[in-house]
Amino acid sequence: MYKIGNRVFDSVNMFILLLLALSTTVPFLYIAAVSFSTNAEYISREFFLIPHKWVLDSYRLIFNSSQFVHALGVSVGITVVGSFVNLLFTTTMAYGLTRNAFGQKAILFMVLFTIVFSAGMIPTYLIVKATGLLNSYWALIIPGAISTFNLIIIRQFFQNIPQELNESALMDGANEMQVFTRIALPLSKPALAAFGLFYAVGHWNAYFGAVLYLNDPAKWPVQVVLRQMVIQSQTLNTLNNEDAARLMYDVPEEQIGMAAILVATIPILLVYPFLQKHFAKGVMLGSVKG
Amino acid sequence: MALQSAEAPGQQVPPVYRKKKVSLLARLWKERFIHMLVLPGLLYFIIYRYIPMGGLVIGFQDYSVFKGFLSSDWVGLKHFKELFSDKEVVRVILNTLYLSFLMLAVAFPVPIVLAIMLNEVKFEPFKRTMQSVLYLPHFFSWVIVVSLVTLFLKGEGILNNMLGDWFGIAPIQFLIKPDLFMPLIVAEAIWKESGWGTIIYLAAIAGINPELYEAAIVDGAGRWRKIWNVTLPGMRPTIVILMILALGNVLDSGFEQIFLNLNAFTKQAGNVLDTYVYFKGIQDAQFSFAAAVGMFKSVVGFVLIIAANKFAKRMGGEGLF
Repeated sequence: MYKIGNRVFDSVNMFILLLLALSTTVPFLYIAAVSFSTNAEYISREFFLIPHKWVLDSYRLIFNSSQFVHALGVSVGITVVGSFVNLLFTTTMAYGLTRNAFGQKAILFMVLFTIVFSAGMIPTYLIVKATGLLNSYWALIIPGAISTFNLIIIRQFFQNIPQELNESALMDGANEMQVFTRIALPLSKPALAAFGLFYAVGHWNAYFGAVLYLNDPAKWPVQVVLRQMVIQSQTLNTLNNEDAARLMYDVPEEQIGMAAILVATIPILLVYPFLQKHFAKGVMLGSVKG
Repeated sequence: MALQSAEAPGQQVPPVYRKKKVSLLARLWKERFIHMLVLPGLLYFIIYRYIPMGGLVIGFQDYSVFKGFLSSDWVGLKHFKELFSDKEVVRVILNTLYLSFLMLAVAFPVPIVLAIMLNEVKFEPFKRTMQSVLYLPHFFSWVIVVSLVTLFLKGEGILNNMLGDWFGIAPIQFLIKPDLFMPLIVAEAIWKESGWGTIIYLAAIAGINPELYEAAIVDGAGRWRKIWNVTLPGMRPTIVILMILALGNVLDSGFEQIFLNLNAFTKQAGNVLDTYVYFKGIQDAQFSFAAAVGMFKSVVGFVLIIAANKFAKRMGGEGLF
């Protein structure tokens, strides 16, 4: 009787978890499948989950759209450059703050204080403007160059590197910079990979910074274009002129939006297995030992 | 500093270490590479985090873009007085508090329950697959999430089509009913972040001493008893800390999420402090007033989190700092 109670518990538990997991994936799979359907089928709602006829119409349309393709390029560029800048600024400062140099306590306090108090959107906007970054891609990279949270964890990681390694290198005549680049950095590759990926996902998903700082629609990253297409239902604006004119009343608006969602999400999905591998290790290492 | 020790005559005194007086400049020079490493990050914090804090003074001015920080007229507490008497601000604050309340009451427990459920799964591959799937939405952008929501819940959206085709129900306008706005926000947040939220609770559960479970079994505890008497208490410190953080952030709300969900119909019900600051400050270019509102929010948030932290320590647990 005791055992049966246990079994029931387990089955119900797993069943509910399964339902929850499905609720996470099914909407997405649905969109993915329907994005391959023709407009005619979609409007008449002949099928439920699986289209009868699989076509690439919607995808052809969005990749014909110069605005969409350009936005993809912008996003890729910002993700790559941005993540590099993030890692550069974050790792150097994090490491430098483990060496007990003059002013370390003050700087650490200064950094930690930003967790509990921030100036807010307006003053930050005015400073970004004052530093000449308005309407520049750099506005999406510099103002967010360091995530305080990541800084703290990466610093923790560097602190866990045994002191003897640093000492012996210094005794062998290396200067602090060389100790950083030749010892600390190579040893922290897993953490760098993990946080590089975190920063990268942040850049790929960035939306509001672009709305706030970029006035020129030609500079928009993919999330902003996606919002215009689906949330603001302005799919027609995104298509290039020929396609819009040709299809006028037959535009598969919904499917185009779905295709765009899929394209915007694929990079995340591709990177996800690597993320999973690293965040379990990277994040835990930093926090558990602290 | 040279240490002196009194010598008794004839006694051997062990060698005393004397610290060389190193001048500050010499030390800075010796550590120059470290300072070089810290400098870029330091400049970043000063320029983009601290100078804006100084820029909050425009909350006490009538900031004009042409006059700049130093020459704009000073108006003292005018904006703050406006803040408290403006009906729209009061409504916005109420919206913000309502949302935070809903989040605490409904969304906060979900990762806790999920973590316990995941922990109870004995079959590892299933557990890991579930975790992978549940963590995924955390990595989607809000644009993607709200796009999905829009496609499913709009007037001619997927859900309404299904309701109409299968049950003959007339379309329900989920996205433009003001009363549904905040609940929708909470539901979206649960869908997106609950999975990720289990990580910290699972870590807490992993830290529970296995002997406690064994003792419970000896005492005849079943599944539910064990959860209630061992697992939950083991999670208590973590739950308390996260609750403190949530309370300290009660005036915060997910700006991007709300901004993306808002439309003309739901704006009154859905406008929160963060979005209000944006609309007033950036769109209407009322920089000073918006900065004052933002400052109010930051200061209150700061006080709240310090207070909540003290409270938690008083309750016998550990605070955040």
